[in-house]
Amino acid sequence: MPEGDVSMAEESNNGSGLDYIMSLEDVPSKLPPHLELFKTRVLCNNDAPVHTETIQYSGAYATLGVDNSVRLDNFCENFKVEVKRLTDSDMEFDLIGIDPAIANAFRRILISEVPTMAIERVYIANNTSVVQDEVLSHRLGLVPIRADPRLFEYPENAGDDKNEKNTIVFKLHARCRVGQPRITVKSDKLKWLPNGSELPCEDVRSNAGSKPKTFTSFTCSQDSLPEFSGNSISVTYPDIILAKLGPGQEIELEAHAVKGIGRTHAKWSPVATAWYRMLPEVVLLEDVVDEVADELKNKCPANVFDIEDFGKGNRRATVARPRDCTLCRECIRGGKEWEDRVSLRRVKHHCIFTIESTGALPPEVLFTEAVKILEDKCERVITELS
Amino acid sequence: MEIGSYSDQSKSTFCLVDEDHTFANSVRFALNQDPRVTFCGYSIPHPSVTQVNIRVQTTGDPAKEVMKDGCQDLMRMCQHIRSSFTDAFIDFKRTKTDTKQDMDTK
Repeated sequence: MPEGDVSMAEESNNGSGLDYIMSLEDVPSKLPPHLELFKTRVLCNNDAPVHTETIQYSGAYATLGVDNSVRLDNFCENFKVEVKRLTDSDMEFDLIGIDPAIANAFRRILISEVPTMAIERVYIANNTSVVQDEVLSHRLGLVPIRADPRLFEYPENAGDDKNEKNTIVFKLHARCRVGQPRITVKSDKLKWLPNGSELPCEDVRSNAGSKPKTFTSFTCSQDSLPEFSGNSISVTYPDIILAKLGPGQEIELEAHAVKGIGRTHAKWSPVATAWYRMLPEVVLLEDVVDEVADELKNKCPANVFDIEDFGKGNRRATVARPRDCTLCRECIRGGKEWEDRVSLRRVKHHCIFTIESTGALPPEVLFTEAVKILEDKCERVITELS
Repeated sequence: MEIGSYSDQSKSTFCLVDEDHTFANSVRFALNQDPRVTFCGYSIPHPSVTQVNIRVQTTGDPAKEVMKDGCQDLMRMCQHIRSSFTDAFIDFKRTKTDTKQDMDTK
């Protein structure tokens, strides 16, 4: 877009040049409808989706005299959030007026950069089960833990010190007695030890009188800290199978959970999944009536269309549930006439965002944490540059 | 983090360590919205090195300042997103408990 570049350059060099031009009366401030459509919608045609790109460049429509720059106040005016569904572990909400670049940043941060607590070290005192030590440790690592990671520090900050601020200790002791039927060890067997490790370090021989040195050095019990007094730390789900024990088999171990992020290992990822999709838009380009309307309704596996009855046996198809459209394109299959009747579109700047939490934090907290992380990134760059 | 700049202040490449598409793509979006920017793009030279290069060319203003403004804009955008999200969430909670109470009383 060479012409656009030149005109933008001139405007900016003259200071308020752009504002001046925009204030002229005969300058169109709106795009012609067909360009507006291509800018804001993805058209999902029978063969392929078209106009999938978002037009970000501020001078993209400069030759038409249309300013494509988004000012902050503009953004704030148009941006909206609507919560659609909310439970303890998952949430669906609409981000309206957001660019996919930003929505994708939130998604990536949710998956790989929001911290949680997960079991990182396992000290196995005894394991005679058929599950090998390393496999058992891996399974333990993936168990979600209900503990607010914001109350803990990263282990790197404290050097090698394992104290009450960066480590959660769990104990697991399960035994299947001889002659008993086999038992299943589930995650509720993991018992929180607020006083830290109970296993003595082997290499340090302690004096007879003093307490034996353990794998952690807690200065006080986590129980006594005000932030944990109300809610004790446990695993989120009590029914995750860890191992099965036959008669005479035993597992005794201690698991230490630390704070980390999903980029290091997926066990620290706070979400099962987080994703977004663009809002589907189904438009009937002509009136679809009578038998054709029935056919259209039956064509759609997601049941998007309804039939409107307005007397004397006249029926017309309406788009009742566009959100349910899965973009299977079944309705525009079957010849050119169907493509002319129905237009399937996606609204580019309307993201339906879904978060499924693993249980450490509720989904709404996860999202605000993700936004904060992006803010921190910006702040870091600003301070580095100044 | 370092800046590869030349005698011409309006064109710069910013090398950010420990960043990836998450930040680079968002800041590219923010910068492209700025009328002072003629070009902004980013690349990740090698997938196993956690580094991005963000190229910013402007119509004359120092690229560093424009970059800073871009980050500032992005940050304010995030703040706005966060506050409107919290509002929407509180609203949703309130209407939900309201309807629940209505159901209970009926």
